[in-house]
Amino acid sequence: MRIGHFKETYVSDQAVFATATSRFWLGILFALLLLFPFVAGDYLLFMANLAGITIIGAVGLNILTGFAGQISLGHAAFIGVGGYTAAILATRFNLPFLICLPLSGLMAAFFGIIVGGPSLRLKGLYLCIATLAAQLILEFVFVHWESVTGGIRGINLSPPEICGYVLDNDFKYYFLTLAMVILCVTAARNLFRTRVGRAFIAIRDRDISAELMGINLLRYKLYAFAVSSFMAGLSGCLWVNFLKTVTPEHFPLMESVRYLAMIIVGGMGSILGSIFGAIFMTIVPEAISTVLGLLVNTFPTAMSFLFPLQQVIFGLLIVIFLVFEPHGLAEIWRRIKNYFHLWPFEH
Amino acid sequence: MPKILSIDGVSLAFGGLEVLSDISFDVNEGEIFAIIGPNGAGKTSTLNIINGFYRPKKGKVFFQGTDITHLQADKRAALGLGRTFQNIALYHGMSVLDNIKLGAHSHLKTGLISGLWYWGAAHKEEMALRKEIEKDIIDFLEIESIRNQSVSTLAYGLQKRVELARALAMRPKVLLMDEPVAGMNAEETEDMARFILDIKEERNITIVLIEHDMKMIMDISDRVLVLNFGYKLTQGSPREVQKHPDVIKAYLGQKKG
Repeated sequence: MRIGHFKETYVSDQAVFATATSRFWLGILFALLLLFPFVAGDYLLFMANLAGITIIGAVGLNILTGFAGQISLGHAAFIGVGGYTAAILATRFNLPFLICLPLSGLMAAFFGIIVGGPSLRLKGLYLCIATLAAQLILEFVFVHWESVTGGIRGINLSPPEICGYVLDNDFKYYFLTLAMVILCVTAARNLFRTRVGRAFIAIRDRDISAELMGINLLRYKLYAFAVSSFMAGLSGCLWVNFLKTVTPEHFPLMESVRYLAMIIVGGMGSILGSIFGAIFMTIVPEAISTVLGLLVNTFPTAMSFLFPLQQVIFGLLIVIFLVFEPHGLAEIWRRIKNYFHLWPFEH
Repeated sequence: MPKILSIDGVSLAFGGLEVLSDISFDVNEGEIFAIIGPNGAGKTSTLNIINGFYRPKKGKVFFQGTDITHLQADKRAALGLGRTFQNIALYHGMSVLDNIKLGAHSHLKTGLISGLWYWGAAHKEEMALRKEIEKDIIDFLEIESIRNQSVSTLAYGLQKRVELARALAMRPKVLLMDEPVAGMNAEETEDMARFILDIKEERNITIVLIEHDMKMIMDISDRVLVLNFGYKLTQGSPREVQKHPDVIKAYLGQKKG
């Protein structure tokens, strides 16, 4: 329970974690995240890495679609650009990982800006189709530009090395992923405390009045594309280095759709929502298949229809969530927090 | 008094529909200049031309002596053209405070990179902005109690006031107000009229105003321009305009025969 928190300066009023309670819980969360790899098994570590890498991608897409209102169906392709850039720089030019990482982001941002160009004239579904074209074109390039991308066989990498320290297992990689997630989430949250983030939201809510208030629409839409695909690029680089291979089948259109579903389930226009959405979409399918796996052990004859059921259950879960809470998991979380504000009293 | 804004022979057409025909007028520095006229007279279109949302087919717009006819809308805002809208155009995804802060956009410097980093310059700028807004705007418009609320939950009259706050954060030299008291009750109208007069007198901001509330127009404006079907009917002091036979004809019609 926390009651009566008084703020005396504008600095404390505008702090992200304004109360001692929230800072306390943040500390606990941070400690748990650091402890996690020491107690988790291989499988859980693998999933945690995957979830972290997905969070970075989802935060990126949420900045573009959830905050700035520009729907993109090309997010997986931007992740792909980052991934391929990382793989090519590492294998052909032998660049160290810490240089590959930002360069992958920058390369993806470059492509993002090109794809974002038409966004001044195209809105909503029309922009959606334009980004779909980008997705398909880039997918085509990944498959057919064999001399560079290695075609459908892709490129294999050796494990990344940071200052002589080789990240050759999921345990070591976890700390890299965690650091990058914290970095990206903090940067995204910061952005929305400044005029740049406010301009994104203004463009989403009312672009005409935003322009009359002094916002250069094209510049800020391109900013949104750049930041979004920069994070996609980082996510791609981390993913490729994690799997130690890159092939075109990692970045299909369905992956773009999956990212959109993530931010919708998590909460559009919410950084926390992107985190929830990414974790939900990574963990839940696995959880379902684990449960179904157990069922198969007990009822071996049911196997033929239990496995296809996975997708059905997952789809149903998403629909149910959206019907009951259209603002996503972030909103559910907010309600839970509000409930505990005054707990154990009712009013 | 020197002219701050000049409209010179402006015409505007949407396809075959003539919206404004050869409109010319000057706005003097520090005055309240009202534009009235029946529905469809071209009042809002005139404001949109000044703002740069529409481009005139013919004619020119001057602001402080420079030709801004071809300047982009966002650059005009930075020069000092503030605006409030007839149908409130606040950003519903943001709090009252953030809506107001958005008005100051052109006066801030934080770029993409410094925004992502935040600590240092961006933080300092945000805090200075907060201080300024609290002192000059929130306090002035008496909206302290709602500053952290989401704008979508506010009553209509308050939303209008927040919109005025956002326009003031633009630090305008000329404030273009499209029907600031439409749909308000008598008390809210009086409050708004008082704010408008204070803005003019204390901050020396020139105000261009569209309104249908004739009582308010006659009370607070220095000069009135009357438009009808895209033509300039007349212009003068509120008293002159009120008695002008063409104005009476435009508003009330004419006896047959």
